Amino acid sequence: MTEAGAGKTGRHARWLSIAALVCGMAACPRPDSGEIVLEFWAMGREGEVVAELTRGFEARHPGIRVNVQQLPWQGAHEKLLTAFVGDATPDLAQMGNTWVPEFATLGALAALDPAAATSPVVEQEDYFPGIWDTNVIDDRLFGVPWYVDTRLLFYRRDLLAQAGFDHPPRSWEEWRQMLIAIKRLPGAEHYSILVPLNEFEPLLLLGLQQEEPLLRDDGRWGNFRSAGFRRALGFYLELFEQELAPRATNTQISNVWNEFARGYFAFYITGPWNIGEFKRRLPKELEGHWMTAPLPGPSGPGLSNAGGSSLVVFADSRRKEAAWKLIEYLSQPEIQRRFYALSGDLPPRRSSWAGSELSGDVHAAAFREQLERVEPTPKVPEWERIATELRIVAEQAAHGGLTVDAAVEELDARADRILEKRRWILTRETGD
Amino acid sequence: MKTSHAGWVFVTPALFMIAVFFLLPVLAALGLSLTDFDIYALARLDNLRFVGGGNYLRLLQTPLFWKALGNTLFFVLVGVPLSIAVSLMAALLLHSAVARGKAIFRTALFAPVVTTLVAVAVIWNYLLHTRYGLINDLLGRIGIPPINWLGDPRWAMPAIILFAVWKNFGFNMVIFLAALQSIPEELYEAARIEGATALQQLRFVTLPSLAPTLVLVSILTMAGYFQLFAEPYVMTQGGPLQSTTSVLYFMYEEGFKWWNLGSASAVAFLLFLLMFAVTLVQSFALRRWSEP
Repeated sequence: MTEAGAGKTGRHARWLSIAALVCGMAACPRPDSGEIVLEFWAMGREGEVVAELTRGFEARHPGIRVNVQQLPWQGAHEKLLTAFVGDATPDLAQMGNTWVPEFATLGALAALDPAAATSPVVEQEDYFPGIWDTNVIDDRLFGVPWYVDTRLLFYRRDLLAQAGFDHPPRSWEEWRQMLIAIKRLPGAEHYSILVPLNEFEPLLLLGLQQEEPLLRDDGRWGNFRSAGFRRALGFYLELFEQELAPRATNTQISNVWNEFARGYFAFYITGPWNIGEFKRRLPKELEGHWMTAPLPGPSGPGLSNAGGSSLVVFADSRRKEAAWKLIEYLSQPEIQRRFYALSGDLPPRRSSWAGSELSGDVHAAAFREQLERVEPTPKVPEWERIATELRIVAEQAAHGGLTVDAAVEELDARADRILEKRRWILTRETGD
Repeated sequence: MKTSHAGWVFVTPALFMIAVFFLLPVLAALGLSLTDFDIYALARLDNLRFVGGGNYLRLLQTPLFWKALGNTLFFVLVGVPLSIAVSLMAALLLHSAVARGKAIFRTALFAPVVTTLVAVAVIWNYLLHTRYGLINDLLGRIGIPPINWLGDPRWAMPAIILFAVWKNFGFNMVIFLAALQSIPEELYEAARIEGATALQQLRFVTLPSLAPTLVLVSILTMAGYFQLFAEPYVMTQGGPLQSTTSVLYFMYEEGFKWWNLGSASAVAFLLFLLMFAVTLVQSFALRRWSEP
């Protein structure tokens, strides 16, 4: 070996040792062990319980280890985006299905339709169509639904009976009568319904129930001026004007369950995670006095949102095959049933519902019914931001600062401003 | 080697660091503020447009930006004097001859400064609760009806000011205490011989001696209060009705929630210009006053 060569190898060795050191600190997978380590990011409660499921996966696939990282929901969106910007995305992640369009636009996600088409486990027909659809962007599949998260009515049967009704509302008109009747019940200061002003979902649901879409022209412009949305906003504001709902945010109701038990309000629009919470936290006397019901629509049964989380694979992952195996594992009906038992999250497949404890659960029945009638939110990356504006403007209107007409115009103006870049890009793409 | 050269050799590493870690990012942010960098640009760089002063113009036409600016100024104009007054009073009390258990009180009053903001914010959330909070309970005892502290747009900012003053006054108090201890006792003796009352001693001996410290404290406090962020982030998320959205909170949402980094950079520069101008005016005015 020449002297120069020796120097080179020496330098080489030094670099290698530095790389090994960095790797050691960052817990890189050791290449020599032959073991594949999947980085899996999950949020909130799901992140806490999924480790139990992945142990079963590891037992079945000895060569693969799953490293679950928990993210808090509040910071999850930022964390995922930051990871994308910093080229540090995991192999797969749980992702709120309204975020899928955004990350698909970024090019952060791997398309899953080839894998799903040949998969013996992930069968599209078995999924609730509205939920499956949230993952399809421009005819390509970017996520597999993991659990569904639609919202509907939780209500106090006894209060409704006191007000003279023996069934939950089936249309807005009926609902309105019930709300007014409950407000008139004697007793301490109380309301008929809790509609937290810091959530955009209640108004969004009413908007989704309309014939007109929330955005028009392929998501280029806001469509809040449409007759349908005006009707939705009008109904929403009525709740506050007639003092049927308190002008309050969630943070001011320190304990929703206590207040519900005290009869501070009789209706609450919320999601499946609250079935377990209501069972656990409401006093024994109230057992049997509360129930769930599908959302009433403007005339007859109404739609709700197709919320939930999907499992996505990142485009930069070098372990896509193994990631898909994990998705398949988590999508099996029996695993989804176990996942429900652990987390209370509702499965997105019809066959996961059948034969599980869910099918006998009276509180889940309304969800099963609602899931056949769910609608995705507009699939533009800007949606989350527009929904935030929706909440802000609605809050202003609820405080009496804006009329319906002024509010819808303001909403359209804000949505159009947010969508300006999208219009520019779409025009340029079609112009090319 | 000439002495002047040697000087350059010594400062070069420091200047290099400043250039790389301070000047360069600032220039990059300035450049960014002239573009419409957003998630589309993250996806493909040719989605990036140079918009010149467009971001700045648009911000000046955004109602929420003005609202955030107004909220921040309200916070500064009320919070800074209040914070200084409270810390000065606490320092005077702790310094006075009649005070007992000084070490304990000094520690207790300084404690909020070193506790984690998020943890104490959660506790204050409970204290401020409309129906079950301790503060409304106490107010109720003297016949004041409950106030919806964090839920009423008119009260949310005062509530946050109250919290921020409580959280921060200990820091200034310690600085004031140090300054008070360095005032020569002879001055007070002379004043007493001249027949000055306690109030006159405060007015003609203590305050003038504290003037340079007051300048320092007010500039530091103001710079801190202009950067209001964590308190509304934890307690109200900028609400209700965006009454607690500060400029920094606005910038954070613009940049890291919506990834409009161009527009967020523009906010940062506007805030910088504003703070720079106010600090200039403030230090000029206070220096005139403190140097007779």
